[in-house]
Amino acid sequence: MIEVKNISKYFDDTQVLFSINGKFLPGQANLIIGSSGTGKTVLLKCIVGLLSPDEGSVFFDGRDFHNSGRSEIQDIRREIGMLFQGGALFDSKNVEQNVGFPLDMLTKMPRDEKLDRINFVLNRLGLANSNKKMPSELSGGMKKRVGLARAIVNNSKYLFCDEPNSGLDPQTAIVIDHLIQEITEEYNITTVVVTHDMNSVMEIGDYVMFMHKGQMLWEGPNSDILNADVRELQEFVYSNKLMMALREQTS
Amino acid sequence: MKIIGKYFIFLHSLFIKRESFNTYVRLTLDECIKVGIDSIFIVVIISTFIGAVTAVQTAYNFVTPLIPRYVISLIVRDMTLLELAPTITAIVFAGKVGSNIAGELGTMRISEQVDALEVMGINSSSFLVLPKIVACILMYPLLVILAGNLSILGGYIAATLTGEMTPSEYVYGIRVDFIQFNVTFALIKSIVFAFLIASISAFTGYFTAGGALEVGKASTKAVTSSCIAILSADYLLAQLLL
Repeated sequence: MIEVKNISKYFDDTQVLFSINGKFLPGQANLIIGSSGTGKTVLLKCIVGLLSPDEGSVFFDGRDFHNSGRSEIQDIRREIGMLFQGGALFDSKNVEQNVGFPLDMLTKMPRDEKLDRINFVLNRLGLANSNKKMPSELSGGMKKRVGLARAIVNNSKYLFCDEPNSGLDPQTAIVIDHLIQEITEEYNITTVVVTHDMNSVMEIGDYVMFMHKGQMLWEGPNSDILNADVRELQEFVYSNKLMMALREQTS
Repeated sequence: MKIIGKYFIFLHSLFIKRESFNTYVRLTLDECIKVGIDSIFIVVIISTFIGAVTAVQTAYNFVTPLIPRYVISLIVRDMTLLELAPTITAIVFAGKVGSNIAGELGTMRISEQVDALEVMGINSSSFLVLPKIVACILMYPLLVILAGNLSILGGYIAATLTGEMTPSEYVYGIRVDFIQFNVTFALIKSIVFAFLIASISAFTGYFTAGGALEVGKASTKAVTSSCIAILSADYLLAQLLL
């Protein structure tokens, strides 16, 4: 479980996060949603330690991430996998080397075992026979899947996904969403997904946290989101025509 | 001052939270090929021609018969050792390798590859930059030795083919009044320049923020800053060591 306690973040004099609290449970897809510029990615970066919060802390199964020693932080980081918005694959490495990179760096696994693990993960994500392809030869969806494979290859306990659907067609986006959900349930991973895609919210949002202007305004399961009594959330949810049509049909 | 402070903090960060020694050996060997072997062609071309041009222009300026002809090759030798081989090659090296380092790191930064390393618990600055600096320090002195030899050879070819000097005059000039310390001085300069080029370019690239435009700017800035640092260090070393 990941627990976020009173996280605040300032850039110079501008406060971008206002005392955010939340609990992300294992085995379910936890979504942080909100419009662009509301601080979702900043919160995610604070959670994974790419940014230091000015106030508050993050607890990974009770371990205080931001107030721990270097080796404890290192231990926690080695349990984290992250899927970046653009995949963040290493350009000079092929798919196999990209996926195997965490194993090379963080484990002393024998070569054969490593290869088996890489192939297992690639097969699981529908990337069989792509081992020798370079990132430049991959489509957007494949890059995301390779990024996801790299994030989970080391049996990560925590999985973070930053806008996993951005730049993908709706069909591929759903495939990625379902992969994230399946992996989360299969391996009991604590997954946190940052998105502004309502399709993702309705597909996989076991727990949803809505952010607006750096504040957390609502949290709950996706089944409650359509009836939530928060004006900003309603505006966000019904900003696309599909959701508006759904509301009209329901009413 | 703030940037200089940030630069020294960056250098310090290269030596904390390092990965295993074997990881660095492998990465450094890869970098040696990129910064050393791949730079041989340009160094060969430039140093040979610089030596040839120095010989021809020195001969052109010798209008009095009172100065013996062997002085031409003596001048080629000393100019090569003291300045041309370490410094001019450093400017070329900054243009080729420095811009490459800044561009590579800048692209890695804006495409979140650096963040990906950090999330995995890897010290990205040490992992990405230290092998580049070590490779430059190992390979650049070798390039300078190559450049020095080829420059003197270029001078020999030009001076003898144009009939300005006989081969024996040229070889005599190369040997006469030879100061061994000049070679040591050239090598000291090469190590300092290699460190400056690699570290400044890496620093510029590593802290790139924005998009493709900023990566281009970082590459240009890396070359400009490296050249200024090279020339400043050149003057300081000359004052201190000669």
